[in-house]
Amino acid sequence: MLIFEQSKTGRGTDVLGACDVPLVQLDVAHKRASTLHLAEVSEVDVDRHYTALAKKCHGVNDGFYPLGSCTMKYNPRLNEAVANLPGFTDIHPLQPAASVQGALAVMQMLEVALCEITGMDALTLQPAAGAHGELTGLLLIKAYYQARGDAKRRKIIVPDSAHGTNPASATMAGYTIVNVASGPDGCVDLSALEAACNEEVAGLMLTNPNTVGLFDKNIRAITELVHNCGGLCYYDGANLNAVMGQVRPGDMGFDVVHLNLHKTFSTPHGGGGPGSGPVGCKAILADFLPNVRVAGEDGARHFMRPAQSIGEVKAFYGNFLVYLRALTYILSLGAEGIKEASENAVLNANYMRVALADLYKMAYDGTCMHEFVMDLSELKKATGVSALDIAKGLLDNGIHPPTMYFPLIVHEALMIEPTETESRETLDAAIQVFRDLYRAAQESADTLHAAPQTTPVGRLDEVQAARKPVLRYDFDQ
Amino acid sequence: MEIRENLRYSEDHEWVLIEDDMALVGITDYAQSELGDLVFVNLPEEGDEVVVGEAFADVESVKAVSDVLSPVNGTVAEINEDLLDAPEHINSDPYEAWFVKVQDFDGEKDLMSAAEYQAYIDGLS
Repeated sequence: MLIFEQSKTGRGTDVLGACDVPLVQLDVAHKRASTLHLAEVSEVDVDRHYTALAKKCHGVNDGFYPLGSCTMKYNPRLNEAVANLPGFTDIHPLQPAASVQGALAVMQMLEVALCEITGMDALTLQPAAGAHGELTGLLLIKAYYQARGDAKRRKIIVPDSAHGTNPASATMAGYTIVNVASGPDGCVDLSALEAACNEEVAGLMLTNPNTVGLFDKNIRAITELVHNCGGLCYYDGANLNAVMGQVRPGDMGFDVVHLNLHKTFSTPHGGGGPGSGPVGCKAILADFLPNVRVAGEDGARHFMRPAQSIGEVKAFYGNFLVYLRALTYILSLGAEGIKEASENAVLNANYMRVALADLYKMAYDGTCMHEFVMDLSELKKATGVSALDIAKGLLDNGIHPPTMYFPLIVHEALMIEPTETESRETLDAAIQVFRDLYRAAQESADTLHAAPQTTPVGRLDEVQAARKPVLRYDFDQ
Repeated sequence: MEIRENLRYSEDHEWVLIEDDMALVGITDYAQSELGDLVFVNLPEEGDEVVVGEAFADVESVKAVSDVLSPVNGTVAEINEDLLDAPEHINSDPYEAWFVKVQDFDGEKDLMSAAEYQAYIDGLS
């Protein structure tokens, strides 16, 4: 039942004290013509309503959540404790810098740590999430060429194994996209890349490891090709969890990188966010970073504006409380722990991959990084059971489905990323579920077509939802 | 999988029907079946140039957005606006659901016949 349907006229909770200032009547022109549709419910009704909704959800605190490329790792409680310290929550963005030296120190410490992890020289914490970081990074590249008076570089190269947001962000930044196909090994085709490199290229956007979970073995050759034609290299940090502490984008030859604190650095993801997408860069781009950055040392930290800044990309300083969570995570793990986390992320993915490879067809051979992609097109042809059906079957077993039908270069794709969070027991249980579902596809395909049966809602009509979405509650119903 | 004798076909699964001085372009039964239920379609504007092998429209299913590549060169004379409100017609009747009519066209002679296209998609599976 929706909250509006529980409304009873006159019910409610008075939380406001008596008015102790003179009443002012609004001008008629500024008054609403109709009353607001606010649900009139008691506090306990509201509490129960949202608790019931929360019980219908599945989060990483409920169970396994192998959503490929999203790095749904556990968000440690310690992060929350630190982010809720009153010294951090009870401050205002317009307070004088002298009175928030601790908060500025946090931003500076995080910038230093993230630069160290990525091999960059400078960093902005402002962008609100990954794609926002991509746009910011591309605007840095654009400002760099503008400052050099190089107006002919209007193209960004995007391999087809890149993240879907890459071409969208580059288009938003005003660039034309040049697509480069992958070779049969799932990596960038060097001759195709070389053919695309010319004096109109502003840069390359690459996800490494890429969306099929493979580390591009030619990465140094790739960034060199782009640099040789005068372009810059952008690293999409979406998959950094695979290589964090092992290898640095800066050392691979990248000039700009965005990170997703809500993926790699254990801050809440999705609706529980907000997200945060810091952008790091080499020294040649530092002067273009967004306003404002933290400068100065103990007791004298202050905000500064980079010399040729692209301007503000978000109000004030970005999502500050998220920085505290990420910094807590980094300091809890330390240099050794960061390294161990990515090792376990890769180990967990390969453990699942090997345990499923005799039944499920892997899209690519060989060792994967933090995630792997299965190609279910043969299963679908043989049994009629699609990747979607298997995903729905997982729901009945308390597992959040993997990413489906992505990357586009694999048909009937299921992309699985277990993360380092999971124990061997959790992985073994999930492997058994995948194996059972494979058998169910052979023996009783109809049960999978009818899944899920145990969730709050059954199989949703995605086609109708997309064609004729109902987005508003109808009060006259 | 239906393949019509009177059409010509591209390797990217578009069909072309020559009708007087116009080339009608749509996507094949095979293409719609692979894409699944379509929920949105984006069409070019009248007067836009189309080039063989380059995207002139895109279709969106619940799975993904896919480019539709032009099988001919020419100028868009007319778009099928009915598809914008009813993309499902591409699924139910792919050979009637033309996307655009192209005038001053060429390139159609390089396309496959029905028999060649049949052999081509047989080779894909």
